[in-house]
Amino acid sequence: MKATRRQAIKTTGAMATLVSLGLVTQSQAQAAVDRASFDVKTMADALKAIGGTPATSDQISVVSPDIAENGAVVPVGASSKLADTTEIYLLVEKNPTPLAAGFVLPAGTVADVQTRLKMGQSTNVIAVVKAGGKLYSASKETKVTLGGCGG
Amino acid sequence: MADPMRIRAALAGDTTTVRVLMSHPMTTGKDAHFITDLEATHNGKTVLKGMFSGAVSQNPFLSFQFKGAAKGDKVSVKWVDNKGDTRTDEVAIA
Repeated sequence: MKATRRQAIKTTGAMATLVSLGLVTQSQAQAAVDRASFDVKTMADALKAIGGTPATSDQISVVSPDIAENGAVVPVGASSKLADTTEIYLLVEKNPTPLAAGFVLPAGTVADVQTRLKMGQSTNVIAVVKAGGKLYSASKETKVTLGGCGG
Repeated sequence: MADPMRIRAALAGDTTTVRVLMSHPMTTGKDAHFITDLEATHNGKTVLKGMFSGAVSQNPFLSFQFKGAAKGDKVSVKWVDNKGDTRTDEVAIA
């Protein structure tokens, strides 16, 4: 039941953030997706916010460990061999807000980014890539021993 | 003012690898405080734009690569958080 309580706290918090961010979002709309996309609660809505359902592609590699001992700090990355890759998104399926990070890559930047994400529980990590104006994705499952969404 | 970032930029062949370690609590929920946007530039030209959520770990790490730089060129990284705080740091490519 602890998980449910956490979920509830996070959800209310996220709503408050959404409201308080109202003005900031307006001024930072130069990026590829709206700031609100980071507050949606389901994978389906997150994909919608990015621009639609991506096609699965074996040209994308998702870097995420098989087992993460500490869900607060999980090394996650994605690379794409698709020509003209312009955007990379990292999504954690079972997080309260699946869309974790997004990157815009101008020409000359290699389609390979790595960062560290929090994961509340064992989950699929999905990389969505925009290449040549179309969306592609790949996913990898990571088992989390100790959840990291308390922060 | 937040603590400085640790940035390393190293050229190998024609590719520069940039690794950034930001100093930020990255909290979510009621006291949400996290980096929302970041931008990396090389000699004033954007090489990466990033958008973060609170799902990025505390003291965010970021690594990326770009082409077309020379040793000694400047790489600058700027972030903005949800409370309007911002920080910019710069490093020369080694």
